Amino acid sequence: MAVSTTTIHHQKINEISSIRRYATGVIEILVAVFIYLAFTAKMASDTLTTFVMTPGGLDVGKMADLIVPTRITLIILSVFCLIIAGIQLIKGFGKLTNLMVGLVFLAFIFGFLSWQAAGKSLNLAGMLSSSVLLAVPITLGAFSGILCERAGVVNIAIEGMMLMAAMVSALMGSITHSIWLGLLFGIISALLLALLHGVLSIKYKINQIISGTVINIFSTGITAFISQKYLQVFQQLNNPPMFTRFEIPLLSKIPLIGPILFNTNFFVYLMFIILIILQIALFSTRWGLRMRSVGEHPKAADTLGINVIKTRYMAVLLGGLVAGIAGSFYILGSVGRFDEGMTAGKGFIGLAAMILGNYNPIGALGAGMLFGFADSLGSKLSLLGSVIPSTLMSTAPYLITMIVLAGFVGKGHVPAADGEPYNKE
Amino acid sequence: MKNNKNDKQDLGKVILNEITGEDPKSPKKKKSFWKKIEIPFLAIITGLLIGGILIGATSQSVYAGFAVSIWSGFAALGKEIGTAYFSLFTGSLGNPVTIIQALQSGNATDIRFALNPLLESLVKSTPYIFAGLACALAFRAGLFNIGVEGQLFIGAAAATYVGYAIKGLPSYIHMPLAILAGAAAGALWAIVPGLLKAWTGGHEVINCIMMNYIAYRLTTYLLTGPMTRPGGGGMPLSPMIEKSAYIPQFFQSPIRFHLGFFIALAFAVLVWWILFKTTWGLNLRTVGTNPRAAKYAGLNITKTIIVGMAMSGALAGLAGANEILAVNHSMAIGLSSGYGFDSIALALLGNSHPFGVVLAALLFGVLKNGATRMMVVSSIPIDIVTIIQALILIFIAAPAIIRAIFHLRSSKEDTAIVTLSSWGGGK
Repeated sequence: MAVSTTTIHHQKINEISSIRRYATGVIEILVAVFIYLAFTAKMASDTLTTFVMTPGGLDVGKMADLIVPTRITLIILSVFCLIIAGIQLIKGFGKLTNLMVGLVFLAFIFGFLSWQAAGKSLNLAGMLSSSVLLAVPITLGAFSGILCERAGVVNIAIEGMMLMAAMVSALMGSITHSIWLGLLFGIISALLLALLHGVLSIKYKINQIISGTVINIFSTGITAFISQKYLQVFQQLNNPPMFTRFEIPLLSKIPLIGPILFNTNFFVYLMFIILIILQIALFSTRWGLRMRSVGEHPKAADTLGINVIKTRYMAVLLGGLVAGIAGSFYILGSVGRFDEGMTAGKGFIGLAAMILGNYNPIGALGAGMLFGFADSLGSKLSLLGSVIPSTLMSTAPYLITMIVLAGFVGKGHVPAADGEPYNKE
Repeated sequence: MKNNKNDKQDLGKVILNEITGEDPKSPKKKKSFWKKIEIPFLAIITGLLIGGILIGATSQSVYAGFAVSIWSGFAALGKEIGTAYFSLFTGSLGNPVTIIQALQSGNATDIRFALNPLLESLVKSTPYIFAGLACALAFRAGLFNIGVEGQLFIGAAAATYVGYAIKGLPSYIHMPLAILAGAAAGALWAIVPGLLKAWTGGHEVINCIMMNYIAYRLTTYLLTGPMTRPGGGGMPLSPMIEKSAYIPQFFQSPIRFHLGFFIALAFAVLVWWILFKTTWGLNLRTVGTNPRAAKYAGLNITKTIIVGMAMSGALAGLAGANEILAVNHSMAIGLSSGYGFDSIALALLGNSHPFGVVLAALLFGVLKNGATRMMVVSSIPIDIVTIIQALILIFIAAPAIIRAIFHLRSSKEDTAIVTLSSWGGGK
């Protein structure tokens, strides 16, 4: 039964219904009208917006500032959206629909930024650069979720695993004065929690959400306990070494992209490496096929001689490993010290990114970047003195996730046996 | 979702089991009292024991003791754990010596002060009762309301607004109005994931988590913007609510024991009555335990899910309203200390039964209140309580572990309260 549902799902992705085609077109028209009406109103024609295209404090890969006349830019963007909407309504884009929606979205964001920074200067490159860094834990969290849920285990304990890994890598990094040992112990601690999640949800068949919740509560408690008992009392225990900026020769000299992607933190590279490995392993290897079959139809997989229990344990442990890297990022790549509750729900956002990315590593990266960008935008807006409260702006990613989950943007594919314990008969 | 033919054949039997199985008068169901509380009791004991080991393992004096000799090490260990737990229980239940002295002296003020730790524990328990009931009710309907935290924030914000914005009402109208506002706001916040689940099949857990963050950001916005305290310097803090909206406290400050505790108890009885004494409650529980059977029995699942979620949210909103109207009297952003996740623990510990939840909430209140004292006396971080709660929860959720530790016979009646299908929904 599950196999047949899968095929139906795939058809849903590829074929775009006519209602959706028109709805998308209408929304795109609305965006175009909105850009024109809301952003260009009261805008003098000689206003300029300055975009700084090099992140602060960098000499390699410099790029000249981009200075645009605000009003004309906004009108161009509006017309651009209108053209896309027109083609969408008349012909439709078929498979490219989502790409076009993305372009319209980008145009909207660019228009919004031009409007907000009208007459001022905005460091666009710096904003993108910080978006990438903010996206790292979210995307890695999403990868962790993909690993678990593709094998049919729901993992809401990512948050707890990240928090634990952060605390342990701060502690062990400080004790050993080694970045790598800090990272290693951080990963091990997350692996232990993943093992607990595996034992509770696979062996004892506890509801997987309860098991995840327990681990989250436990992590919150134990990290705060150890932090108050040791890390805050002995400051030398909370002073781990950090990964510094690492420049990739040649590539870092590319304007704009170089400073953002090739002259940055170790963890950003690690994220892309994991992305490539995961994408290939999941969809182009026998290993990945087996894992996905366990998540789709464990009984069938079992009949074919795949060890469902073992596969699920492996998936959960790998998920723990990635979540551990995400947690260590906070300490060794970003903040440099442990504070209580410092992951601040990014593990849950990672889950949202996983859903938004349709259980697909590349999609998850895109969603993670979107969340990272939203975070970065929020902090930039408050600096620019925007009329729009940044706290309200920052709810946008959550709303988008809910909309996607509700299927308004097209139903995604969820592993069929996600969350169901497997009873071997 | 399409159903197989086999399901249809079993249907009559399933419904019969469903209804008779839930019937408390059925002789098969009768368990001895000990059997009922065996697992929770042992889980609490084991949790406290492991917590004690953790306290010992992180104590300097214990290591110093072991450096001298094994015996002095164990003595130090015993002393450390003993002091910690003694201060935990005197901090939460009152010091027996002081209480007896106060009773002998016959001075009413003295007696009140001696009993204050106990009363304060009840104050701390009150939001736990509401939040636990919220989660338990949702569990019974087969819903996983992980959004209690967000509903609590929104409920608190609504109660605060009604509390300070409306002036000149008599207390007997203003206070119930503010409470009602909190409940309504919580219900509205919870209806969203309920509707999404009923209509689109989107799993309520992820929607609730998203709603939590939206609620948090929204209240931050409200408290720094439209609802901020004049002259508050932009801090996320609301104005003080009117005196007429206060849920009355029974004694003079610093004793904070208030009417809200009894309101919470009343709601526990109400939830029990709804769940177990009304047809609607039976329908709700049937939907929760066996949605397929409920569907064939002609129950309106969509409506049950939405109403169940709304009631759960209303209870969560009450938790927030109670904290504002009875204890804090103004809203700050640090309102909740993780009631959302704790509520899940409470519902599990209380086996999703309203009275069980009350007992669990009392335990959590005692632990939380006592931990403050313990932190003062033996400088053990208050978070030890969170760890103990997590441990208890693990043992409750996986009774097999407790059975293995204590060599108990297994019973066949452990059934999962909630079943999770995937995030995207099974529709």
